[in-house]
Amino acid sequence: MRKDMKEKQKKVILRDWGLVSITLIIMITLLSVFPEKQEVVITTSWKFFIEMIWILPAVMVLMGLFAVWVSKETIVKYLGKTSGIKGIFLAIFLGALPTGPLYVAFPIAAGLIKKGARISNILIFLSAWACIKIPQEMVELQFLGAKFMALRLVLTIVFVIIMGVFIEKLIEWSDKK
Amino acid sequence: MNSTTIFINIFTMSCLIFAFIKDRAKTKRSLILAVKSFFRIIPTVLIIIILIGLLLGFVPSSEISKIVGEQSGVGGVILVALFGAILHIPALISFPLAASLLKSGASIVAVAAFITTLTMIGTVTLPLEIKELGKKIALLRNGISFIIAIIIAFIMGAIL
Repeated sequence: MRKDMKEKQKKVILRDWGLVSITLIIMITLLSVFPEKQEVVITTSWKFFIEMIWILPAVMVLMGLFAVWVSKETIVKYLGKTSGIKGIFLAIFLGALPTGPLYVAFPIAAGLIKKGARISNILIFLSAWACIKIPQEMVELQFLGAKFMALRLVLTIVFVIIMGVFIEKLIEWSDKK
Repeated sequence: MNSTTIFINIFTMSCLIFAFIKDRAKTKRSLILAVKSFFRIIPTVLIIIILIGLLLGFVPSSEISKIVGEQSGVGGVILVALFGAILHIPALISFPLAASLLKSGASIVAVAAFITTLTMIGTVTLPLEIKELGKKIALLRNGISFIIAIIIAFIMGAIL
């Protein structure tokens, strides 16, 4: 099983670097055909690279810290017994902690629904997990500015809550029929 | 280096020092995880950065703004939102891409729609979501997310 995983990882790494080489070759070809574009393309890429490399290590360290410190059990423990407005905000907060990719959240959510947690809270938790991540917000702040990031964050929270409650009502209504 | 960069690094540093004082073994595990994910994401970062350079160098702003700019209308926004829903790139990397599109003539509405559907909707993870949560919940969540992403985008366009 472990060996399989390692093999798979190796394949993914190989594929990713293969794609990097292809993109590089495309860039070099294009730039040798159109040498007048060289300066603008290289300075633009370089500028974005520098901006990225200054924040990426910090973002990764933050994600690593949260992944190890906040366990699945902690999330289940807090999310399982929530209700009301407090429950909604706890769902958003727990979802926003950078503890792993979205597919990790599905089994957690499914387990909680089976245990009788409110569908609205679980949906809010899932959506927060998908699109409101603390390190992600930081990168958004860096590249798109405070106004853009803050406004999108507030709107996302508002609409995710509305969606969660709406889907819960819809499912209750269709179950009754 | 701008103030955001400094803020992010100082914040992370403080968290790291705090974690290290609390539990060395756990901190070490976190750092190993961080190094691993850093190297996993680097190729994708390089690809996107090269594509951004080529995009800004070769595609004139007028073309970009025709497709995803102010005059593209609702159709353009929906098209970009669809792209965001289907594409499977890490959200972290979508922000520099979004910034470069914004710089070269894309509208705030289109960029906001793109980022929001990209993060909220997972077409690649949808089969797993259906398996774990059932068809009803999974399809409703992804479908309604698409609609609210577009609403969020238009509100952002109106305010910013």
